[in-house]
Amino acid sequence: MIYNEDFETLPREVLEALQLKRLRQVVQRVYHTVGFYRRAFDEAGVQPDDIKTLDDLRRFPFTAKQDLRANYPFGLFAVPMSSIVRLHASSGTTGRSTVVGYTKRDIDTWTELMARCLVAAGLTKNDIFLNAYGYGLFTGGLGIHYGAEKIGASVIPMSGGNTKRQLMILQDFGPTAICCTPSYALNLAEEGKAMGIDMKTLKLRVGIFGAEPWSEKMRLEIEDALGITALNLYGLSEIMGPGVSMECQEGRHGMHVFEDHFLVEAINPDTGEVLPPGEEGELVFTTLTKEAFPLIRFRSRDISRLLPEPCRCGRTLYRMDRVTGRSDDMLIIRGVNIFPSQVEAVIMEIEGLEPHYQLIVDRAGNLDTLEVQVEVSEQLFSNADEVKVLQNMERRITKNIKDYLGVSARVKLVEPKSLQRFEGKASRVLDKRQI
Amino acid sequence: MKVEQLSIFLENKPGGLEQVTRILKDAEINIRTLSLADTTDFGILRMIVNDVDAAALVLKTQGLRVSRTTVVAVEVPDRPGGLHGILEVLSGNGINVEYLYAFVEKSGQNAVIIFRFDDPDTAIEVLQKNGLTVLPGAKLYAL
Repeated sequence: MIYNEDFETLPREVLEALQLKRLRQVVQRVYHTVGFYRRAFDEAGVQPDDIKTLDDLRRFPFTAKQDLRANYPFGLFAVPMSSIVRLHASSGTTGRSTVVGYTKRDIDTWTELMARCLVAAGLTKNDIFLNAYGYGLFTGGLGIHYGAEKIGASVIPMSGGNTKRQLMILQDFGPTAICCTPSYALNLAEEGKAMGIDMKTLKLRVGIFGAEPWSEKMRLEIEDALGITALNLYGLSEIMGPGVSMECQEGRHGMHVFEDHFLVEAINPDTGEVLPPGEEGELVFTTLTKEAFPLIRFRSRDISRLLPEPCRCGRTLYRMDRVTGRSDDMLIIRGVNIFPSQVEAVIMEIEGLEPHYQLIVDRAGNLDTLEVQVEVSEQLFSNADEVKVLQNMERRITKNIKDYLGVSARVKLVEPKSLQRFEGKASRVLDKRQI
Repeated sequence: MKVEQLSIFLENKPGGLEQVTRILKDAEINIRTLSLADTTDFGILRMIVNDVDAAALVLKTQGLRVSRTTVVAVEVPDRPGGLHGILEVLSGNGINVEYLYAFVEKSGQNAVIIFRFDDPDTAIEVLQKNGLTVLPGAKLYAL
């Protein structure tokens, strides 16, 4: 099923003409309303009028996550605050978090795009929809919520966690569709089984999963454990939130990018060179219609490839393959995005600690675990030969990580020099997960 | 009248304790008494040794996290009620014990209790006023 047949099945040349028109508009607009872009374009020696074809965008500079942080919180907004009706933010301490804003029209667009996603998954107003994505500053919960209401489904705004309650609602309310991270879906299946619930007799028939990397193997596991069709949803808060691309139930292979609103390129992450469709690289997004927070050539750091082949569902929109990795050191822990530098910032806020730490990521059952090993500093230990002082420190770090980054970690104090002294940031992380 | 104790941070892993005893053995340092406090993840090894300065230096040089803390050693006859007599005095004077450990002297007549107090000076004053024997550090190191 297709929600917006007009825009989702445009002939490529018509779609590209629309993209060009919108691209020219947004490039003009950011040049005149966002100081950062005026400076960046001037420095790169490009002018908005240089865009004559879509390929001309390649001459324009990238926007990096660092640029968003440097302009924290509202520096990249292209409209006055009076036009903004919603703010979302990533986790992080001051300066390590990114904030995104939406106008009323942006919310409408996002709502429509999420409606397109849900319809692509076969949902209708007759579905009862359990939304187990987190509500709040995270874009997942509310973004999907609006789309689900738009198509008239009965939405249960469950949010994440609270597994026993989720299982009760799965049995008693009889939702036919669910949305959460794929690992949480497996966790629900496992906990349900342990409680003696026959998960296959639930009314669930479709699951929409995203916010973390997963594999075809996990898809089969989820489909088998819950007796459903599992589909992949993609998004990133900087560009919109969930609803940037979505797998269709007909194709079940790759997510259609809503190219009438987002222009996507795949680049070589080292050289920045644009790759031909089909080649694996880092995805770069330009928002074509966003008013409050337009981004030009935003480097997503997600590694994937674009699939230009036509899809049996009838959409002419290119698909993107599963995200297979990152071109930076970001970790996704139970759907929450974390940079090692954010953990470091939390540690360094506490007096007496030194930036000697290591993150160990693993998967226990179906859920990610994060262990943060912090070396006992001389200053900390010289004031404390008592167990309670050190345990209080462990608790304090745990709490600050939870408060600032929104993820539960197991903090462990370790002996000095037991952690290697690393040059590169990436080696601060030991990721043992097999996805 | 105070005693200097060494505390060493140890992760809970095989060989952690052995590493410390090997360093001390190689430096020919004698351990008078010790105690190990442990949690799930880590332990704190506390020791009285014959040469605090040398032991602290050699352990630090080997990369261990070492701190020096002041404790109080009290001698009591090795018989029923010995420790109780001390604790009665402390509790009667509102003095809190952070932790303690004990050993019996070579002669077998007396036991020595090592106490960690928030405020060792007050504790010593109270103990002595109540007729208890507080051992000076020098005596303990040389036992």
